[in-house]
Amino acid sequence: MSEDDSRGTPYAPHTAATTAAMLDAVGVDSEAALFDIPESVAFDADFDIPERSERETRSHVEEILGRNDDLTAFLGRGHYDHYVPSVVDDLAGRSEFLTSYTQYQPEIAQGFLQALFEYQSMLVELTGLGVANCSMYDAATALGEAATLSQRLRSVSGDRVLVPDLLRAGKRAVLDNYAGGPGLTVETYPTADGNVDLDALRGALDDDVAMVYAENPTVRGTIEEGLAAVGDAADAHDALFCLGTDPVAMALLEPPASVGADVVVGDASSLGTGTAYGFGLGLFVTREAYLRQVPGRLVGAAEDDSGRRAYTLTLQTREQHIRRERATSNICTNQAWVALRAAMHAAWLGPDGLVDLAESCVTRARDLAARIDEISGVRAPVHDRHHFREFVAHTDQPAEAIRADLAEEGYAVHAVGDHEIQICATETTERAVDGFVDALAEVAR
Amino acid sequence: MNYAQARWTDDDDRYEPLLSEKSSETVSTEDGPLPDDLTRDSLTLPDVSEPELARHYTRLSQTNYGVESGPFPLGSCTMKYNPSFTEDLAASPDAAVHPDQPTETTQGTLELLYRLQDYLGRIGGMDAVSLQPPAGAAGEFAGILVAKAYHEHNGEDRSEVLIPESAHGTNFASAAMAGYDVVSLAGDDDGRVDLDALEAAVGEETAALMLTNPNTLGLFERDIEAIAAIVHDAGGLLYYDGANLNALLGRARPGDMGFDVMHYNVHKTFATPHGGGGPGAGPIGVTDDLAPFLPAPRVAESRGGYEYVDPDRSIGKVHGFYGNWPVLLKAYAYIARLGDAGLADASAKAVLNANYLAEQIDYEIPFGPFHHEFVASAGEQDAADVAKRMLDYGVHPPTTKWPEIVPEALMTEPTEAESRRTLDQLAAAFDAVAGESDETLASAPESTAARRIDQVRAAREPRLSWQSLDE
Repeated sequence: MSEDDSRGTPYAPHTAATTAAMLDAVGVDSEAALFDIPESVAFDADFDIPERSERETRSHVEEILGRNDDLTAFLGRGHYDHYVPSVVDDLAGRSEFLTSYTQYQPEIAQGFLQALFEYQSMLVELTGLGVANCSMYDAATALGEAATLSQRLRSVSGDRVLVPDLLRAGKRAVLDNYAGGPGLTVETYPTADGNVDLDALRGALDDDVAMVYAENPTVRGTIEEGLAAVGDAADAHDALFCLGTDPVAMALLEPPASVGADVVVGDASSLGTGTAYGFGLGLFVTREAYLRQVPGRLVGAAEDDSGRRAYTLTLQTREQHIRRERATSNICTNQAWVALRAAMHAAWLGPDGLVDLAESCVTRARDLAARIDEISGVRAPVHDRHHFREFVAHTDQPAEAIRADLAEEGYAVHAVGDHEIQICATETTERAVDGFVDALAEVAR
Repeated sequence: MNYAQARWTDDDDRYEPLLSEKSSETVSTEDGPLPDDLTRDSLTLPDVSEPELARHYTRLSQTNYGVESGPFPLGSCTMKYNPSFTEDLAASPDAAVHPDQPTETTQGTLELLYRLQDYLGRIGGMDAVSLQPPAGAAGEFAGILVAKAYHEHNGEDRSEVLIPESAHGTNFASAAMAGYDVVSLAGDDDGRVDLDALEAAVGEETAALMLTNPNTLGLFERDIEAIAAIVHDAGGLLYYDGANLNALLGRARPGDMGFDVMHYNVHKTFATPHGGGGPGAGPIGVTDDLAPFLPAPRVAESRGGYEYVDPDRSIGKVHGFYGNWPVLLKAYAYIARLGDAGLADASAKAVLNANYLAEQIDYEIPFGPFHHEFVASAGEQDAADVAKRMLDYGVHPPTTKWPEIVPEALMTEPTEAESRRTLDQLAAAFDAVAGESDETLASAPESTAARRIDQVRAAREPRLSWQSLDE
């Protein structure tokens, strides 16, 4: 399409005649006359971005995306590919949900508010803690918010945050930025065979620690075995115990409240979204005692003038649009629609389906590790632990070479050490697993 | 316009029941693949069939109002139409890649991100762009951290960020999160930055001035070059809040006005759906001087392809992976669809619509000339009540009671998506409400799924989960 043919944006309804009439009503003779921009800063060049028809745009974008290789991914480490039922796309895609915004007028936004209230409630059930907000951006930013929460609590003093040495680098980098503002320093404590090294953690703890962070499952897929002791150790120094996990894992593993977690963070997009290049849903759940210091939006039950139960955003005096620089967080736009999808997916699964899915994350990882352990040149799992979804395998060949060779064969795994690859098994088909095992046997020799 | 939102009434004390009230089940997790001491005992969650699930959420959707339901002139939020085709592209199987997949196998994703970096740079007049911040406020936080890193690299320890009184609340909160003291600047009588107040406030502690242009009143800061000179002469940086960029596409660029760092709200300007509160995306653009401090990594061209590169003195990360990828993809598709002419026309029509609507309504608009939005005053009426009553006319009301410089503010941004006919209906709603009594307003809304909600009591007695309803 050449510019001379341009009719402007296809998403404005104006015809030339209505535009002229509207300009006339305003009392100006051109659109340009509506802009009060000094000549010296006006832009009179082009961006040089061509205009395209919808069909051309689709072809253009599809052509670009088509340059992604179609690999069968055995990848996890914080971003998981669980099957998302069609009904989630269908319902979440309804424009009343998708094209709405923050529920500043609750009377006309009951649907989304109720869905978020239900999302919060499911997280309360899964964690055993009293207050879930209706989303942060992702697991990393939720962890950052947990650290700043610890600084706002009168019951907590100190300015050190302890995290496991195996923390994913990207998560650590985000935490460092959130911690920097209030002057927190982030330090690591050692892990032993994948899990928290409790003695080492106890050694690192003192009254200057504001928060201890652990994950279950860990980034290497191991399942923690003594989290209650971690909670006790943090408690002994009046430090918050922040636990990183996700809703699928929580359906099976010890509830965070029962191991003494004060804050639960993680990525809940493992439900409802599937693989989306790290696109996340930060879950944030904490004790009712910390309610006034919670970051982000909260939906509460209320009554309307007819005496019926309704829902509204509540406790907004914590938030930036009211409290400004004294707000609990700067977050405004969040991941509400991703939370809607997660709630839909959880409701679709039901308790049976969610527990089944969680159990399959244990058995699939266990079974795949056992099969891979049979391969010459590979030992799996590296850690003598129970695993959830994923595990690390030792390879005699350099891990980077294995990773690259597998990519050639159409399979993706993580290289996480010189001779360590990490493999994640979610609802991958039998056939894909068979093909992968054969390919690994081929390249690992 | 007559309007009645769907209303499902289950009995005298509730509307559509909660999922947990429809059906709930407790399942045991014993005898599973893990030792019992590592697992929970049981799990209780709603247990509904797919048909029941579909009906539940369909009914909920009917009690929700989006851009496709009707006019949505929520000031400062740019609730424009979200093109359907971008949803299809975001759902493409080729877009469903894992973030840890090696870059040699994700060249399509990297190319699209690279092209978006480039387009955003051209649109904002910025030299380098990071797509990582997952929302506007995250962009502010990242941008202020970039400014901080820049000053620290130059051996300067500056402690203050200046922000006009009428700015978005996120500006204050983002600066504070980055560890800065916030200095609030009073505006002048015309609703713009007061140069004398700015002169008095800047100094060797000034790290940055955060500014929205056009500002929250819709006014262009005509003295922007003088403002930039004052801030720069004091050694500070100028930060552009991109919330109102939909006013300026193709007419003016932050980079040309002297801004050093900016964020883009792609869910506003570039038409990605707001999703009931999110997701958005808040890429940031900077000048060459600040590029070394951008979040890591950025996409760069390499021999015959694309790769990730960490800027030399990067602030690190503000998202665990690469930001809100599906949102960025939709934004790219929108920009690629519209091109130069479409983008400029979007702003032209957004500004035309705001001005046309303002002409038609009875409420006073104290400040002008405005661009894509205006702030009317409800005068003797309570703006919050005006908003509730507008719901009865089938329109989403403006943002209310902010900015505070206008008494009983009605901050109105119709966007380019509304037709003249719809704007006339919107104006009729404003004018009808303007003529109504306080009693009528106080008892509104009548036609929405729920009647007026007692928000005070909701905050005083927080019940934040279905578990808390029985307490």
